[in-house]
Amino acid sequence: MSLSEALSDKTPVTVLTGYLGAGKTTLLNRILSEQHGKKYAVIVNEFGEIGIDNDLVVGADEEVFEMNNGCVCCTVRGDLIRILEGLMRRKGKFDAIIVETTGLADPAPVAQTFFIDEEVGRKARLDAVVTVADAKWLTERLKDAPEAKSQIAFADVILLNKTDLVSGEELEEVEARIRGLNPYARIIRTEKCAVPLDAVLDKGAFDLDRILALEPAFLEADDHHHHDHDHGHGHHHHGHGHDHHDDHEHGPDCGCGHDHAHEDHGHAHHDHGHGEHSHGGLKHYHDEHMKSVALEIPGDVDPHKFMPWVNDLAQTEGQNFLRWKGILAFKDEPRRFVLQGVHMILDGDLQREWKAEEKRRSKLVFIGKDLDEAKLRQGFEACAA
Amino acid sequence: MSLSTESGYPSLADRLTPVEAGAYVVAASFLGNAAVFALGDGAVLFLDEGGELRVPAHEGAVMSAVCDGRTLVTGGDDGKVLLFAAGDTPEPVGDAPGWIDAVALGPDGAVAWSAGKRVFARDGKGDLRSFEAPSSVRGLAFAPKGYQLAVARYGGVSLWFPRVAGPAKELAWKGSHLDVTFAPDGRFVVTTMQENALHGWRVADGAHMRMSGYPGKVRSMDWTSDGKWLATAGADAAILWPFQAKDGPMGKAPKELGIRPAKVSRVASHPRAGVVALAYEDGCILIVRISDGAEILARKPGPGGAVTALGWDRTGARLAFGTEDGAAGTIALPDE
Repeated sequence: MSLSEALSDKTPVTVLTGYLGAGKTTLLNRILSEQHGKKYAVIVNEFGEIGIDNDLVVGADEEVFEMNNGCVCCTVRGDLIRILEGLMRRKGKFDAIIVETTGLADPAPVAQTFFIDEEVGRKARLDAVVTVADAKWLTERLKDAPEAKSQIAFADVILLNKTDLVSGEELEEVEARIRGLNPYARIIRTEKCAVPLDAVLDKGAFDLDRILALEPAFLEADDHHHHDHDHGHGHHHHGHGHDHHDDHEHGPDCGCGHDHAHEDHGHAHHDHGHGEHSHGGLKHYHDEHMKSVALEIPGDVDPHKFMPWVNDLAQTEGQNFLRWKGILAFKDEPRRFVLQGVHMILDGDLQREWKAEEKRRSKLVFIGKDLDEAKLRQGFEACAA
Repeated sequence: MSLSTESGYPSLADRLTPVEAGAYVVAASFLGNAAVFALGDGAVLFLDEGGELRVPAHEGAVMSAVCDGRTLVTGGDDGKVLLFAAGDTPEPVGDAPGWIDAVALGPDGAVAWSAGKRVFARDGKGDLRSFEAPSSVRGLAFAPKGYQLAVARYGGVSLWFPRVAGPAKELAWKGSHLDVTFAPDGRFVVTTMQENALHGWRVADGAHMRMSGYPGKVRSMDWTSDGKWLATAGADAAILWPFQAKDGPMGKAPKELGIRPAKVSRVASHPRAGVVALAYEDGCILIVRISDGAEILARKPGPGGAVTALGWDRTGARLAFGTEDGAAGTIALPDE
């Protein structure tokens, strides 16, 4: 089986997040009521206020489980594993899965479930994290609700909803705040979540080509120009030890060891006021704690330097990384190495070959809190081939 | 016995009767003379000399099923629990809001099931009790004696005595526990975990046993008929943990049987002999003798995907299997 066949066999999963009242339910009902010839299995949280008209709706209870490996970042949604396992018995009865999370949920455990759980990763692929944000209230929520900030920072696609309720100026303002947290997500402005569904679903938005499309200058002034992506995905080929002779502990699937005393990976709880400045008329905000860092080497990296560095980074700094992604040119390797991380959990894979017209280069981006950009840059640049 | 050989193995492949189940096979076993398959499309398929019979049992999918050769219990995503005893007409034994995530069969006709955190136990006389576990329940198993139910969930196992008021006894161990089993002599409780490991407790004193090192999730385990070994899936061989000793497998090396370049997905111990059936993710099925590791090929690797269900009949003369893509069948052992 070729890789593309293996991928097409996996059920795409869209994770829908958004702070309370932002319009998740509106979007969900639009997805389900529109004539698109596709059948969705919908996993809703039991606290939802929703009446959803769909054949296959499953209530979830958002049970976040820690893995028994001493790492507090290695959390999964236990209920989601159970539900996906059950849904896979009805294979062929639906085309895709939508997971709705509560407004107060941290998106990390949901996303990590697809990396950590082997069975889930084999049957389903995370298509995109879609965050619905309320144009009128998001700015306030970013100040007082750490979950709202984390949902923005985590997103692949952000629906900036209720744009009819704010002025053009307010809209610019809130977009600038979003870009300050997450320059890599696609921002789509909508009213009543009126968005073409193909902009949201089955996007392969969790794929990473967008990080190559964003040049450093582009980050300074996003002109809303979106490149088409191809659909290669990062998938989960973890190396496993095969030693089962004795009762030694087998390494976990995350990059972390067993004995770290991790403090809770809570989010920035204080709002200390934001730096604000302008570039060519576009406002930019820099959140004091949460930010993004993009690093680029205009050529190849040496995998023998890069892999130990990146694994060590996962262990020592991963707690601060909400999302990290990379596309790398390894020396003497015709294929692109694609890397995805959520906190300490790191997944890398050789994917398609570099095209003849593509320039071989290596790029790594981080969204996280309290990032030491100089140190990250120094570490990455030391990996150049 | 004389057997044909295939790829170097003595082979039973010519004694396989295939059946097109057409949906994910959740459980494969025998009820009396008939082979039974509980399916992901909600049906229960019976197969005997008279042919096939498909009973529409659940609205959506069979989520959980257990069979002891005399009784089959199925739980559906329609929230219903059905019991098949004599013949193919099910008796409804209970229901719960939501999916029936786990079912168990106990002594004297007892049945248990769970939906989310709610656990229900119904004894042979029909007396129904319920209990709320601290988190969603993944696995259930009755103790071999007495009316006691092991409930696997996040953070450990609750040992619940349905007839006794008061809190369940807690066997705690960090992490998410999935399937659970009692040793045939009732001395040990073992779970499969979200991590690639098993965890065990000695019931008497709660002593812990950690059995790890698997390359994948375990998800299938079965005690040998003499109770000496716990056969487990999850590696490129069946891993058999020795439980003869007072403190179980601690400090002892497990036995590996049926090493192949594919992961074992299901194990089923022969009800009488020292033999285990091993099914693999590539569809292959081997029957392996525990004493010397001698292997017989029962099904070649083939279409239909990973084997998801495997079960012997009561005498160990026939084996039933089913796969994730709906291939199924029975394999008859030669009379010796």
